[in-house]
Amino acid sequence: MTNLSVETITQIEQPLPGAPDNWKRFFSFSTDHKVIGIQYLVTSFFFFLIGGIFAMIIRGELITPEADLLDRAVYNAMFTMHGTVMLFLWTFPSLVGLSNYLVPLMIGAKDMAFPRLNAAAFWMVPVFGVILMASFFVPGGPSQSGWWAYPPVSLQNPTGNLINGQMLWLLAVAISGVSSIMGAVNFVTTIVRMRSPGMTWFRMPVFVWTVLAAQIIQLFGLPALTAGAVMLLLDLTVGTSFFDPAKGGDPILFQHFFWFYSHPAVYVIILPIFGIFSEIFPVYARKPLFGYKVVAISSLIITGLSGIVWVHHMFASGTPGWMRMVFMATTMLISVPTGIKVFAWVATVWGGKLRLNTPMLFALGGLVMFVFAGITGIMLASVPIDIHVNNTYFVVGHFHYVIYGAVVMGMYAALYHWFPKMTGRMYSEGLGKLHFALTFLGTNLNFFPMHPLGLQGMPRRVASYDPEFAFWNVVASLGAFLLGMSTLPFILNMIGSWVQGEKAPQNPWRAIGLEWLVSSPPTVENFEELPIVISEPYGYGKSEPLVANPDALEVSHESN
Amino acid sequence: MMESMKIRTILILGTIAIALALVSLWMGQQAYTWLPPQASVEAESIDRLFSFLVTLGTFIFLGVVGTLTYSVLFQQAGKYDTSDGPHIEGNLTLEIVWTAIPFVLVVWIAGYSYHIYDQMSILGPMDHVHVKTMGMATAEAATLDTPEMKTHPIEVRARQWVWEFYYPEQNITSTELHLPSNQRVKLVLRSEDVLHGFYVPAFRVKQDIIPGRVIDFEFTPIREGRYRLRDSQYSGTYFAAMQTDVVVESEQAYQQWLIDAAASPPIVAYNRAFDEYNRAHNPISTGWKTVEPAPPPMVNAPANRSTNPPSGQSL
Repeated sequence: MTNLSVETITQIEQPLPGAPDNWKRFFSFSTDHKVIGIQYLVTSFFFFLIGGIFAMIIRGELITPEADLLDRAVYNAMFTMHGTVMLFLWTFPSLVGLSNYLVPLMIGAKDMAFPRLNAAAFWMVPVFGVILMASFFVPGGPSQSGWWAYPPVSLQNPTGNLINGQMLWLLAVAISGVSSIMGAVNFVTTIVRMRSPGMTWFRMPVFVWTVLAAQIIQLFGLPALTAGAVMLLLDLTVGTSFFDPAKGGDPILFQHFFWFYSHPAVYVIILPIFGIFSEIFPVYARKPLFGYKVVAISSLIITGLSGIVWVHHMFASGTPGWMRMVFMATTMLISVPTGIKVFAWVATVWGGKLRLNTPMLFALGGLVMFVFAGITGIMLASVPIDIHVNNTYFVVGHFHYVIYGAVVMGMYAALYHWFPKMTGRMYSEGLGKLHFALTFLGTNLNFFPMHPLGLQGMPRRVASYDPEFAFWNVVASLGAFLLGMSTLPFILNMIGSWVQGEKAPQNPWRAIGLEWLVSSPPTVENFEELPIVISEPYGYGKSEPLVANPDALEVSHESN
Repeated sequence: MMESMKIRTILILGTIAIALALVSLWMGQQAYTWLPPQASVEAESIDRLFSFLVTLGTFIFLGVVGTLTYSVLFQQAGKYDTSDGPHIEGNLTLEIVWTAIPFVLVVWIAGYSYHIYDQMSILGPMDHVHVKTMGMATAEAATLDTPEMKTHPIEVRARQWVWEFYYPEQNITSTELHLPSNQRVKLVLRSEDVLHGFYVPAFRVKQDIIPGRVIDFEFTPIREGRYRLRDSQYSGTYFAAMQTDVVVESEQAYQQWLIDAAASPPIVAYNRAFDEYNRAHNPISTGWKTVEPAPPPMVNAPANRSTNPPSGQSL
């Protein structure tokens, strides 16, 4: 092939809507998994900021004991929407976005198995996002029944309107469920069918294992939630009585439907973060992932166990003693595969040659907070302790350590780590470190005080509280405002660096992985020739090539 | 030479482990101070369990974080060092150990928790029959060697957003729960509308109240005083205002209260939710239509106004 023909190809590629330097592709129905990944990430980050504003309004109300900032109904709408937005519009879609971007690259595929399904799943996110936001403008305001939407409160419809906040909420959640199921089908198929030659199961990076484990949960769990949501919608709109005790329904049945999915859902969230930790520690410690196969398999064990622990959300509910004991045992067991992973990461870091740049700092900070959350998690699994702290701020503190401490920190780690790959630019290390310091401090200030509050007996979801709880609430509120501010250096860094950051090479971190063998950002179809994988991942400390054909993966843009 | 190195390592690790254990034990004792006063038998055993888990948790947390901190402080790569660390893929012995130890630990924790939950047996006789059919031993359920309350169970009636207590024998209605000390207290929990939660932090007991179901609930208060009773299961607009007091008193004081209350004619109790809802001018209202609070109940014994001040006034 002559130089001329290569340039011709490049010129033909340029005007395509999917070309890597055409910014308009992000606003189109692109079927490129990399574009869709970034669409997910940016959309969900926008909703993260909205959910964060709701959180700061909540903390503004709670800075004094009296309900004196907001109407109680507005406060209840705020925590309902905060939880809903943060889960359905930030956490899930951002992780799906990251997985979308990385999985095909990591397994050596040119795209996802069903690219159009992928795009359709993404475009449902802004649709249900708008539906959810629109509920602020219907009479009676948005849903005020918490993100669990437990009946009978969720069935109380004081306005009497058919179109009410709760109805729009259920509609949004149902669409979100459909979108997630579409995504899950796509991910599982892609990982099972589209691996490049030589990419055997035990050569897959752990991130891919964790995405597989997480998406299998979506497949078995979401139907239960969707069924529960549809039944609740029927109760609310056409007067069926699945869950309405006044008409012979059973409100506890809804709780089973809800948690049968929504507990495994926390593993849908945390598993890819385990994947991120497993990718990042080896790169910045320059050591292989300790016990790779065990870490990979324990993801699937977590998937299995996650399906039999849901009643631990209902220890103080209408559940008999024997059920509480059985689910205490299963819940305790799930800490074993999780513990294996934590020890494996510590052993990976130990004795390495650490480089503490921003992704590593976020990953280490996230790991520390995850360990803390794991310890409070064991306490919550113990029925007698849970009876005391169930539905108190102790639980709120626990899951925010998981979901902010580990998940958001892990997500930031991933965004910095793969930013050069996604954008072709380097980020500012100084701003990144500032962002880390503010986030780490803010997270602890915000969420640590919730533990003593819960132990003292402050219930969650209250708009007003007894003055004895004031001190820790003030600290938490200040932490929340700091956490809000902590996003500013991040936004500045991302936008500034994307526009005018230093150009990124193929592999700025000297990381081992297929995604680092192609240019930054990768071309439309990732690989010109599919990589032939010849060794296990994480080959740090020995010089062994990952693929047999490193020079054939891309058409060289320089002269051959 | 190798031998002495090995002994040195073991000594250092042993010393660190002992230091961590001492700190953890101290933390476990501190844990008692993080909790409300122990006003029930259940509180005493739950706090022991909590203290135990804090001790264990502190040890694990410090072990993991201490190791990471050491790496961060002393194992950083030099500025121009681009070499890799050692190629260590795993260690079978280590992996078996760190699978087996957590497994043993959680079995231990679950066993201990089961034992304490069984002693508490807060869910009343119906539930216990159920447990027995599952083949679980409940012989120790009688460890709470306190006499049972001689009267009928007190009815707890929850509605949006009122706590109402009914003493069937004396035909007393109250918005404050009075209980005798050192007796096994029996309650019957009912809700008239949505889910509520009966929660007294000082007793460490909690139970959701489910409309359409009658739940037997029991525990043993042991410390005289005035404690908070809070709704713990989100119940709608005025959820946070659904609180009142529990008064634990001596047998004589309790009997006297029953006599006095029975002699008092019923009056309209103050209800915070109802008051806020009907306030003529609410400066922070959005006008969103909400569920109307139930009217304040007629009671023989209203709740104490100084610990349950009207809205807008703090204590």
